[in-house]
Amino acid sequence: MRDLMEITARPEVISLAGGLPDTSTFPPGSFARQMTKIAQESSAQALQYGPTEGFAETKECVREVMRAEGMDPDLDDIIITTGGQQAIDLVAKTLLDPGDVVVCEAPTYPGAVPVFCSYEAETIQLAIDEQGMIVEELERVCDRLAADGRRPKFVYSVPTFQNPAGVTMSAERRARLVDVARERELLVVEDNPYGLLRYEGEPDPPLYALEGGDYVLYLGTFSKILSPGIRLGWLCAPPPVMEKVVLGKQAADLCTSTLTQYFVREYFAEGRWRSYVEDLCGIYRARRDAMLEALERFLPAGASWSRPQGGLFCWATLPDYIDTTDLLAKALRENVAFVPGAAAFTDGRGGSSMRLNFSASSEEEIREGVRRIGAVVSEQVELFGAITGEHRLSGDRGEDEIPPGDVLPFRR
Amino acid sequence: MKVAVLKGGGGLERQVSLRSGGRVEDALVALGHEVLGIDVGEELVSTLKRDRPEVAFIALHGPGGEDGTVQELLEILRIPYTGPGVRACMRSIDKVAAKHELRAAGVPTPEWAAFDSRAFRELGAGEALEEIEAALGFPLVVKPAAGGSSLGVRFAASAEVVPEALVAASSYDDRVLFERHVEGRELAVTLLGGIALPVVEIRPREEDCFLYEARYQIGRTEYVCPAELGAAQGPVLDAALRTWDALGFDSFARVDLILAADGPQVLEANAIPGLTDTSLMPMAAEAAGLSFEQLCARILELALSRAEAGGPPPRRP
Repeated sequence: MRDLMEITARPEVISLAGGLPDTSTFPPGSFARQMTKIAQESSAQALQYGPTEGFAETKECVREVMRAEGMDPDLDDIIITTGGQQAIDLVAKTLLDPGDVVVCEAPTYPGAVPVFCSYEAETIQLAIDEQGMIVEELERVCDRLAADGRRPKFVYSVPTFQNPAGVTMSAERRARLVDVARERELLVVEDNPYGLLRYEGEPDPPLYALEGGDYVLYLGTFSKILSPGIRLGWLCAPPPVMEKVVLGKQAADLCTSTLTQYFVREYFAEGRWRSYVEDLCGIYRARRDAMLEALERFLPAGASWSRPQGGLFCWATLPDYIDTTDLLAKALRENVAFVPGAAAFTDGRGGSSMRLNFSASSEEEIREGVRRIGAVVSEQVELFGAITGEHRLSGDRGEDEIPPGDVLPFRR
Repeated sequence: MKVAVLKGGGGLERQVSLRSGGRVEDALVALGHEVLGIDVGEELVSTLKRDRPEVAFIALHGPGGEDGTVQELLEILRIPYTGPGVRACMRSIDKVAAKHELRAAGVPTPEWAAFDSRAFRELGAGEALEEIEAALGFPLVVKPAAGGSSLGVRFAASAEVVPEALVAASSYDDRVLFERHVEGRELAVTLLGGIALPVVEIRPREEDCFLYEARYQIGRTEYVCPAELGAAQGPVLDAALRTWDALGFDSFARVDLILAADGPQVLEANAIPGLTDTSLMPMAAEAAGLSFEQLCARILELALSRAEAGGPPPRRP
């Protein structure tokens, strides 16, 4: 599959496979102004090493972003990392020993599992539904592990606009998860790259805000609200964990880029970061709408998909006789690409699903890309019908209508 | 000598081809050649016309590179090239056409049936599945007629899963091949200049069949070379050589076969076998005492001597 994914990078391919934010909307003038100011006023410092935890000024920017979502961390609880991905790695490095168990969602962020595996942890994936992680499932898994004298080292979750499923954990589930974490003294790692990219509906408080930061570690990033190229993310953790994380960070790369921390500082000083996020939301909302309309129009009966209220992805599920890894080969001949669902599972599930990104392509490209995907899917549906003489829909899902809101029917 | 290495391309086996090509480039540089790596695309012909290499080393796999297309272009441009000529490429890329040739030449190959997906849509071929299943038995192998690296190959254990396997295979090629599954040892015979190199036996470790992911990940599959064949050595080599003749190969080929209880059965022949560090042709060459560089040198030599002799099997007056 990795080899097939490499082909998606060909220029003639409309790729709905990536997860890239649209950086073309960032005003170059603003970029030039800030970098010039840094060169003129702080050249020597900006080119120097910085503190391992990151500059206090960068942490102030982080706090500003987190306050926008109802959190108010202590500056000492924040470490600036080289992107959100390093934050995942540092958490894993700090907490995991070989053979430990990490519980995550099914499907989960495909980039997280290899990190856990590299520290020789075992991952258990929990089924999710339209309201996100099913907390009772988590309790059952914990009980089952406890019977063997084991417990999860931590739970990894993307509760808001989940990658790849696009679903958001309900307020009730959030409250329950926080209770379970406290009752069982269970660490939860909340990864929230997309929370501010909301296109409709009212936000629920992050787990970190609900719990207070004792059992919830929080991962954030500037990648989706500003730029992934600056490689700036962060981690919030209580002091005993933070001490070890700082040691791990020191070993990994001493400190996060000083230059880009200066850039963020200048950018936030201009005071327009929120309006830029609002601009992005406007653009992405229109692209999401274009994708949902195109899915409605071009995917045959028997297919279903999530209707995300924010974030970057839709998750579509096809009739169960279609394997999306094979389908990708056919789609690539039509110069369109997506991520096969199996990439988001560790156990072979997800074979009939696909992740579709709407942030990185224009509305026109999205419509054309989905049209092409619809055409290859329809061809396979028609072929299956011609072979079997029936037009079987996916296993245990018969409903054709698409449920409203953030709804995602999952096969268990 | 100025050698163009043709690699990459837009096909599904692009990454495998880039790995093959990269390795060939290193070897050719070490041999003292001037190497021109070309990622094959729209500018292939103009690049070749501009740079006029003395010979083209084809490290492309699958449709486009292995089906005679690039070979035809190189003949028109009068640039000698490595590997088999157009005719053998065309015959071997299509597994169904190849099986017909093999059967006509009396080379044992597993029983099969093949359809264009149009036959299902327009001629009601679905109704014939029962007969196919009865004739071939289970498990049944379902694969796309064209393409390599085991992409889209499925083993159907029962009638229930045949339609899904067919849909999967049809993602890679319009024509789908149903083949009787032959129980036995999986072997690959590389023929270099018409001479068989030591036979490689493939023993899958984790999977119950030889699939794409396993094929290119070190450690996923165990290989034995030379395979210990005992009395079967003769019939295996004979089947491989007759395949070479039947499909009109020259330069080199890799013949994949199953050694069943009652003798060898040829599955397919590859015109441009992989040259990556987990590929079977370099493995066989090494067992014959040829380093990868020596293998590349020999392949170039075969290309040049064919060109001197007036090109591949005659196709122009």
